[in-house]
Amino acid sequence: MSSAAAWGGIAAIVITATAGDVLQSRAMKEIGDLGVIRRSRGWLQVLRRVISSPRFMLGLLFMALAFFSLLVTLSWDDVSVVGPASAALTFIANAFAARIFLKERVDHRRWMAAMFVAGGVALLVH
Amino acid sequence: MTVRKYLILLAVVVFGSSGNVCLGRGMRDFGPVNSSNWTRLLIALLNPWVLVGIGLLLLFFCSYLSALSWADLTYVLPATAFGYVLTALLASRLLHENVTVAHWLGIALITAGVGFVATGPSLTAPVESCAATKHPGAHSRELVLTKNARSDA
Repeated sequence: MSSAAAWGGIAAIVITATAGDVLQSRAMKEIGDLGVIRRSRGWLQVLRRVISSPRFMLGLLFMALAFFSLLVTLSWDDVSVVGPASAALTFIANAFAARIFLKERVDHRRWMAAMFVAGGVALLVH
Repeated sequence: MTVRKYLILLAVVVFGSSGNVCLGRGMRDFGPVNSSNWTRLLIALLNPWVLVGIGLLLLFFCSYLSALSWADLTYVLPATAFGYVLTALLASRLLHENVTVAHWLGIALITAGVGFVATGPSLTAPVESCAATKHPGAHSRELVLTKNARSDA
């Protein structure tokens, strides 16, 4: 399999993993602090609210797609390339996506954190 | 940040890394899995290490969702990245995997990254609410978020 296909696979992993994280983060903000809900309404209500959220379920679907994209891409290229590249790029993509879609205030401190962690993960997973 | 919230972040780190290590330990008993012997994956589900690993990763997912319910995604991801470090250390100690110089450099970078966000607020006001709070009738949730971000800082 060509390296272009492998990088296409890595792009698919990054996009689907980022979409999953963003959707789940949005869903959790809409549901509210799970600790507060648990204390006032109990575990059953927490579970009901989470699994009845369409955004959460869509996020779960994207996470599953990211997992299967990872499995397929691993069959095209070495884990030493796919692992670090996808993990590091997902960190950077999440910072951009959180800024754009979740309207989070990603200041220089968070950008630096994303860059450092992405570099560290790339070295660690290699 | 309350003690409860720090404990939830700690749970994300500990459950995630220990779950991965247990899965890694369990899958060692089965060797490489490919398309010709994929049914091994089903048998692997009966392995005690794999079962414990799945249980720990479920706890990881619950604590991760809980953290996302009160903190920004750009806070939770770097703040819990120390899990990668813990996984490397546990794999080195328990599974006797080799930790190279590159690994230690990676650990140093992740630790620095965690340090960058750990000192900041866990939840910030959405960008647009900065403008909204200057106008009467701004959305109440945005005002609450602004207040929380200030108290966290």
